[in-house]
Amino acid sequence: MTTDAQLSRLYQDIVLRHSRNPHNQRRIEAAQAHADGHNPLCGDRITVYLQLEHGHIREAAFEAVGCAISLASASMLTDAITGCSTAEALNLAGEVEARLAGQPATRDLGEIEALSGVRAYPARVRCATLPWRTLQAALTGAAQTVSTEAETR
Amino acid sequence: MFDVGRIRADFPILHEAINGHPLAYLDNAASYQHPRTVIEAISRYYEHDHANVHRGVHTLSHRATEAQERGREAARRLLNARSVREIVFTRGTTEAINLVAATLGQSLRPGDEILISHMEHHSNIVPWQLVCERSSARLVVVPINDRGEILLDEYHRLLSERTRLVAMAHVSNALGTVNPVAAIVAAARQRNIPVLLDGAQAVAHQRVDVRALDCDFYAFSGHKMCGPTGIGVLYGREEWLQRLPPYQGGGDMILSVSFSGTVYNELPYRFEAGTPHVAGAVGLGAAIEYLEAVGLERIEHYEAGLLAYATEAIGAVSGVRIIGQAAHKAGVVSFTVDGIHPHDLGTVLDHQGVAIRTGHHCAMPVMERFGLAGTARASFAFYNTTAEIDRLVAALAVARRMLQP
Repeated sequence: MTTDAQLSRLYQDIVLRHSRNPHNQRRIEAAQAHADGHNPLCGDRITVYLQLEHGHIREAAFEAVGCAISLASASMLTDAITGCSTAEALNLAGEVEARLAGQPATRDLGEIEALSGVRAYPARVRCATLPWRTLQAALTGAAQTVSTEAETR
Repeated sequence: MFDVGRIRADFPILHEAINGHPLAYLDNAASYQHPRTVIEAISRYYEHDHANVHRGVHTLSHRATEAQERGREAARRLLNARSVREIVFTRGTTEAINLVAATLGQSLRPGDEILISHMEHHSNIVPWQLVCERSSARLVVVPINDRGEILLDEYHRLLSERTRLVAMAHVSNALGTVNPVAAIVAAARQRNIPVLLDGAQAVAHQRVDVRALDCDFYAFSGHKMCGPTGIGVLYGREEWLQRLPPYQGGGDMILSVSFSGTVYNELPYRFEAGTPHVAGAVGLGAAIEYLEAVGLERIEHYEAGLLAYATEAIGAVSGVRIIGQAAHKAGVVSFTVDGIHPHDLGTVLDHQGVAIRTGHHCAMPVMERFGLAGTARASFAFYNTTAEIDRLVAALAVARRMLQP
């Protein structure tokens, strides 16, 4: 059984602010790294685009068709990883996934904490994790691209 | 007089509380709930009659066989088939369609065509894609219009000497459209092309008569008509079933087995390899008896009232767009709400005890046709009430207050 408080926590203001006006929702034409994510259960789709510079994420953006939770999660993701090193971004993705799966916090995730309202709704956890999984795929691909470039340089 | 209060008393689960609210179960196109008679018939079978069928000479084996065959006879009666030889038990509609695809599909040659419509459930698309891939046959799709109706002119144009089978939904699960199956079958029969109808969304809503329809195959699932999951029926015209090669091999589908050759069993057992879902057949039989007692004509009439009420009430909510506005519909209202993703809608409605389906409804080509990732879908059974539809509408207002910009 879910309570009114749990529902309000799922759709708290900060989540709805992001989902109504997502940050960085656009395509990056010449993105060095990108990946598609798909939730076959509900049909949600997302593409994460990354502009990299010296192993850092200079710009992050996404395009998505999805629910409020997945849009808010993607919007927060792009805010959080801009300026991070790729290693830091991967680390953060792992941390967010662990938090959404119910593991205790090891550090303050800032506004991303607001996504943890999904924990009371097992069917919705995937909505929140999809952008972060897609980021991991983009970065794993990007790491290879970057290392190939480093070799040819 | 249709006494829905008395009917609801027969369904224990309808009295569940969900998230502190009474349940309003409006997801019947996905699965029906069960009257006590069905639940008790299954329990009684396991408590008193269970053994393997068609095998032992002992009393329980005899009782189990009789129980299963009563279920088969009920299915024959429901469809008005000529004989129980035409009633094959399957796991459900999906397996029934796969059975035809796997057997009839063996005779397909390159250039042959299977004709389906744009509004099919994945279970009436993917089995044909698989056989077409194996045989280099072509899957041809009849388009639909913006109201969600089959374009009959296009259907007539696409029927050809290359068509080996027409496979169409009787009623669309995603849109609620009731297809003009009589016209569809008549045109195909004129050319001697067999027709399979996917009746999953039809049998609990109206009287179905396969002899009047004159179709060659008709598939339905137990759980979409008050029966258990894991049991369904393939009706096949006897001439067709006789011509088809065996489906799965195993016990029960044979008369004798030796390493020099095996003799297959007679209909319908030839298509039922292995120990069947006897309790499923028992539950299916009880479900059919329940529907017959309520009366399929009365059900159809009552549900038409629910559909009209729901279409008006849901359609009046600001920002709602109803997807599927066919002239002839069954009890399905598929819709979108401006600025709210169906998934979020589903969560907020469930919080208020209102169960609907959200997403692509296993009909992704339909969603694509309407340019949508998914819809919210309320689907009705004869045990639903206008009060439940009012609760859906009130819950929509809550969702709009909460989620709309």
